[in-house]
Amino acid sequence: MDKIRLGHGSGGKLSQQLLQEVFLPKFDTGFLIQCQDAAIAPFNKSKLVVSTDSYVVSPIFFPGGNIGSLSIHGTINDLCMRGAKPLYIAISFIIEEGFSIEQLKEIVQSASTAAKDAGVEIIAGDTKVVERKAADKIFISTTGVGCLFDESKTCGIEQAKPEDIVIASGDIGCHGMAIMCARNNFDLETQIESDSASLKDMVHELLKADLEIHSLHDITRGGLATCLNEIAQSSKVSIDIDEENVPVSAQVRGACEILGLDPLFVASEGRLVAIVSKNSSDKALEIMHKYHYGKNARVIGDVKDAKARVNLRTTIGSTRILDMLTGEQLPRIC
Amino acid sequence: MKHLSEYRDGKIAALLIEKIKKVCRNNWTIMEVCGGQTHTICQYGIQEILPKEINLVHGPGCPVCVTPLEQIDKSIAIAKLPDVILCSFGDMLRVPGSRSDLLEARAEGFDVRMVYSPLDCLKICKDNPDKKIVFFAVGFETTAPANAMALWQARKQKIDNFYMLVSHVTVPPVLEAVLQNEDSNIQGFLAPGHVCAIMGTGQYQYLSAKYKVPIVVTGFEPLDLLEGIYICIEQLENGHHELCNQYKRMVKNEGNKAALEIISEVFQPDDRLWRGIGMIAESGYKLSEQYKKYDAETMFLVENIQTSESPICISGEILLGRKKPAQCPAFATACTPQTPLGATMVSDEGTCQAYYKYRKE
Repeated sequence: MDKIRLGHGSGGKLSQQLLQEVFLPKFDTGFLIQCQDAAIAPFNKSKLVVSTDSYVVSPIFFPGGNIGSLSIHGTINDLCMRGAKPLYIAISFIIEEGFSIEQLKEIVQSASTAAKDAGVEIIAGDTKVVERKAADKIFISTTGVGCLFDESKTCGIEQAKPEDIVIASGDIGCHGMAIMCARNNFDLETQIESDSASLKDMVHELLKADLEIHSLHDITRGGLATCLNEIAQSSKVSIDIDEENVPVSAQVRGACEILGLDPLFVASEGRLVAIVSKNSSDKALEIMHKYHYGKNARVIGDVKDAKARVNLRTTIGSTRILDMLTGEQLPRIC
Repeated sequence: MKHLSEYRDGKIAALLIEKIKKVCRNNWTIMEVCGGQTHTICQYGIQEILPKEINLVHGPGCPVCVTPLEQIDKSIAIAKLPDVILCSFGDMLRVPGSRSDLLEARAEGFDVRMVYSPLDCLKICKDNPDKKIVFFAVGFETTAPANAMALWQARKQKIDNFYMLVSHVTVPPVLEAVLQNEDSNIQGFLAPGHVCAIMGTGQYQYLSAKYKVPIVVTGFEPLDLLEGIYICIEQLENGHHELCNQYKRMVKNEGNKAALEIISEVFQPDDRLWRGIGMIAESGYKLSEQYKKYDAETMFLVENIQTSESPICISGEILLGRKKPAQCPAFATACTPQTPLGATMVSDEGTCQAYYKYRKE
């Protein structure tokens, strides 16, 4: 393979291949190889949590948000997944010549609101303008910095343990399907809204409570299936999921049926998987249910000491492997 | 969700499996014809919960899988011609030709687009009047009406920069080829519900009577398949061979009149080459006389197409139900959805991909 394909940016197997073959050999000093949502790096006897992400979503405005709010939510959530309190964000814009200033103002306004709502300051920024067709309307890159909420509590995708409980914080796939419907002008009876949201408050309440939370991982590109596979691989455990318990809204399921997509592989932008000890699961669910984006939180499975993979029990009672996404299911979803 | 969840209900599934177990006394081999059905069987692990006497083999009903290599190479060659925008369905872009695929052509900078409907091409035609828009039309009788409609609309709207590379195939002739095959051990068929929704059930009635095999027109949800299997096994155990319609909620015996009309206006029967299977007489469509000017094959003369298949891939035998993916030395090792050697590993409806995606080990 000598050229980049869209699948290399899907977050699935091709992306992993690119990481292994191109980036890790040259960049890694021990942090990148962990493939976590954010890095926890030593800093002045304390710890700094850092994450960066680029946003190329198309269309840039979609039901439930736009590229501006998305670029803040995504980076805040990545920091939170490591048990961090997000503090500062740097934001960069790459804008295509001819782009509407009115629309830019709207995007900047929603980014600003999203940051304020999450109590995060935007402290650095950059703007570049490129010729027509050298970019598609607007791309945004954000970098977030935070500190650990409680230095004794870090969570990571490598910390899932046998007998842990797997919780999904809400119904999956709303973001991906909102984008797909907006992109194709699907006129469905009920509009699907993106679930893009900052999960900071919910995560902080989870961390404050006296719970054993081992892994938090936000469900983004590649969907729940990819998210669970990343945890299973990093933690070297098997994760067993009951399909019947996976929360999927009727609208998302319906839209997926029309397009021939599997909701288990469709992106969310305001949902996470929490891997918690058996004793902590009831309390964790109780906390999640208090938040509107956590009201559909549900136990979807458990962790076993077996070969690192994800097993799915189907609605009619058989069992099979749930693999991570291969290739491109939905390009430019975030 | 209504009209879906009731066909995926675990309790009803358990009841149907009980009924199947009660009626099944001998060993039986059944072929489900359509790739969509294969997908459901693998996705829900249906083979695993059936009595071991029942062996499901998977049929040739995956349009992407049976599209001949020559047509794929041709589509890539056309995509690389100046001023061409080549459009097709998502799966088709990833199918390996002899040397590359359409996605690779796109990565090289040629204009290759994925569309959800052939009618989307007409908008692309209007937005790009100085380009030639070619739709690579693959599929069975199910996609034929929409593809025909795109041409009918193009003619009506006097759009003259639209062309179609036609690679349409039909189910009954290939089913007959399977039935005539001397090595075939298939004793009953689950016929493709959606194809029958368009075409009606007459051709299957004929095949069932001629070859004395039970054929059950079957839907695509797990309970549809379990019910189809039950009806088929019951017939086999009682020595019957009839056409039966399990998918009554979608399939009328006479088919869809409007769809049949537009198919017969735009297309006419033609001999077709099937990838991995070979030439089958009158097993597909070409454009009818009055739509000839939209034919991409006459408009774009791409010659010197030298095809070469992977020497390892056994997709031909898989498409005819003679082998299963695990019998291929390359399955899940050299051949995966990222590195497919044959089309049955590419399409969502391909048997190899369904086995890979929903494998148990």
